[in-house]
Amino acid sequence: MEKRAHFSGWTLPLLLILPQMAITVIFFYLPASQAIWQSFLREDAFGLASEFVGFENYIALFEQPEYYRAMITTVIFSTLVAFFSMSIALLLATQADKSIRLAHGFKTLLIWPYAVAPAIAGVLWMFMFHPTLGTLGRPLNVMGFNWNPMLDGTDAMILLVFSATWKHISYNFLFFLAGLQAIPKSVIEAGAIDGAGPLRRFWTIIFPLLSPTTFFLLVVTIVYVFFETFGIIDAVTGGGPAGTTTTLVYKVYADGRSGGDLGLSAAQSVVLMVIVISLTAIQFRYVERKVQY
Amino acid sequence: MAGVTLDTVRKIYAGNVEAVKGVSLGIEDGSFCVLVGPSGCGKSTLLRMIAGLETISGGDIKIGDRVVNQVEPADRDIAMVFQNYALYPHMSVYDNMAYGLKNRKTPKDEIDKRVKEAARILAIEPFLDRKPRALSGGQRQRVAMGRAIVRKPQVFLFDEPLSNLDAKLRVQMRVEIKRLQKALGVTSVYVTHDQVEAMTLSDKLVVMSGGQIEQVGTPSEVYRRPETRFVATFIGSPPMNILPGKVEGPGRVSVGGQTIAVTDMRDGLTPGSAIEVGLRPEDVQAGGGAGSSSIAMDVDFVEELGATQLFHGKVAGTEFVVQASTGQIAADTRKLTLSIDPANVHLFDPQTTKRLGRD
Repeated sequence: MEKRAHFSGWTLPLLLILPQMAITVIFFYLPASQAIWQSFLREDAFGLASEFVGFENYIALFEQPEYYRAMITTVIFSTLVAFFSMSIALLLATQADKSIRLAHGFKTLLIWPYAVAPAIAGVLWMFMFHPTLGTLGRPLNVMGFNWNPMLDGTDAMILLVFSATWKHISYNFLFFLAGLQAIPKSVIEAGAIDGAGPLRRFWTIIFPLLSPTTFFLLVVTIVYVFFETFGIIDAVTGGGPAGTTTTLVYKVYADGRSGGDLGLSAAQSVVLMVIVISLTAIQFRYVERKVQY
Repeated sequence: MAGVTLDTVRKIYAGNVEAVKGVSLGIEDGSFCVLVGPSGCGKSTLLRMIAGLETISGGDIKIGDRVVNQVEPADRDIAMVFQNYALYPHMSVYDNMAYGLKNRKTPKDEIDKRVKEAARILAIEPFLDRKPRALSGGQRQRVAMGRAIVRKPQVFLFDEPLSNLDAKLRVQMRVEIKRLQKALGVTSVYVTHDQVEAMTLSDKLVVMSGGQIEQVGTPSEVYRRPETRFVATFIGSPPMNILPGKVEGPGRVSVGGQTIAVTDMRDGLTPGSAIEVGLRPEDVQAGGGAGSSSIAMDVDFVEELGATQLFHGKVAGTEFVVQASTGQIAADTRKLTLSIDPANVHLFDPQTTKRLGRD
C-alpha cells in the first residue's frame, strides 16, 4: 500500500510540520547550541562577566578524578538497572502472555509504576528503606543487617537501582509483551512438536525472535538511566553519600547549579550529548542490519 | 508406522461450546485420510487434538496401540505442516529442518544425512543456507514438508497446507504431497476445506459438519452415494441440485408433477409424502433417452468454463444447474428437456436430511 501522502503545494505540509519543528528547535537545538557555546566560556560566580577560554573547560573536566568516578558510577548504575529492569520485565511478560485468568488486571497493575513521577518514586523507596523509619529498612537493621543508604555508598546504590528498576519495568514489560504477541503461535507450536520443551523453546525460538525488541529496549533503558533517573537520584541520595551515587547527569546539575561553574557543566552536557547521539546512531544502524531475521 | 484411532473424541471449549461432538474414526496404517468440511466444522480442532496442541475433553486418541491423551506433542512421534508454514524465521532452511532432530539428540552426521536427503527429495538443496524470508511461498511449503519428513514420524498431520498458495502451485504441490506420501508410506491426516483437494488426495475421505462426521468412505463412494444432503451438496462441483418432490410409489418420485424413476430408493415410503430429489449437474442430459425420465427446465443464463458450460435456470420453480460439454446444447436455448438416468437420482429425507436409499 502507498503510505506516502501527496500534497499539491508547500504551504500545508510546512504548516503541518511547523509545531514539531518549533518544539524541537526551542527545546533541543537552542539549548543544545547554547550549551556548546557556553562550554567554551568561563563565567564569574555572579554571572556578570564571561570570557572565551577555548577547550579549557574540557581539559579541566578530563583532569578531574571525580568525573571518572561519575563515569564508572553511571556504567555500574545503568548496567544493573538495564539488566534487572529488562530481565524482570521479560519474565513478567512471558507470564502475562499466557492465557491466564485476570491477565488483563495484571497487565494494568504492572503498567502503573510508569505513571509515577521519578522524584515521587524515589521518595517512596527512600521512605520504605529509611534505616530508622522505613517499613522495610528498619526490619533490615533489626535483623542485624547494617543497612544505611544515607551513610553507605553501596546501600545507596542498591536503593537507587531498586527504585529506578521498579519504575522502568512497566515500560519494558509493555514492549516485551507486544513483541511476544507478535510471534506467530504456530511457530511455537511447531517447536513443541519438534520436541523442544518450554525452556528450550524460549531460548532457541522466542528469545531470538524478540531480539529487535530487546535491543531497542536496551538503548531506551540506557538513555533512561542516563537522564531520567536524575529525579530519583536527587530525591533519594542527592548524589551522596560522599559522591558515591553521582552519575554523569547528576554531576552536570551539581557542578552547574550548586557549584556555579556553568562552563564546566556545559562541557559535561556536550560530552553526554555525544554519548547519547552515538548510542542512538548505533541502535538505528544495528537494528536495521543485524537484529532482523 | 502406526494407524490412528479416535474413540468418541470430544472437545468442549470454555462456555460449553462443543467443537467436536464425539467423533470415532479409524485411520489405517499408511493410509491418507482427509478431513474435509466448511470452516468451523471442527476438523482443525480434531487435527490439533491428534497433534496434542489442544486438550481432549472426552474420549481417547490412539496412535498405534498407545493412548496419547496425556502425551506431550513432542512425544507423540508426529510431524505437522501448518497453514502458514510456521518456519523458524531466524534459522536457515538447514537449521529449520535440523531443529527437531537436534532436540532429540540425533548424532550430527545422521542429522546432516537426513536433511540432505530430504532436501534432495523436495528439490530445495540450493536454498539450504537461506532464511525462510528469502524463499517463495512454494519453497517455504517444501521446507515445512522437509521439516516433517526428516523426523521420520509415525504420522504426518497437515493443517490446510496449500491454502496460502496460488491456484497453479496448489495443484502442483497437491500432486507432490500425494507422491511423497505414497513413497514414504507414512499415515497422514490432512485437513482442508477444498473438496477437490480432499477428493484427489484421500484414500479415506471424512466429511465433517457441525463437529460431527457426516460420512466416511473412499472418495468415489462419497461422491456416488452421499449419505446426507450435506455431503451431497458439499462434495462435487458445481454442487448437487436438490429439488423438493413427492413420493409416488416404489421406484417413483415426482417433481412439480413430472415423474422420475429411481433405482436407489428405500422400500415402504408413504406415497404423497415429501422427499428431496438430488441430481448432480453432470448427471443430467439434454434431450430424451431410452429408459430415462424427463423433466423440463427454464434456462436463465449460461456460464462458460471452456470445455464445459453451466446452464443456470429453474426446474419446477427451484434453482437448477446443468453441466454439459461445450456445443452439446445451443447456448441460446431457453427451454430444455432433461433426461435422467434412474441410477443417478439421490433421495433424501427432508427432515433428517439422511439418504433414503436401499439399505
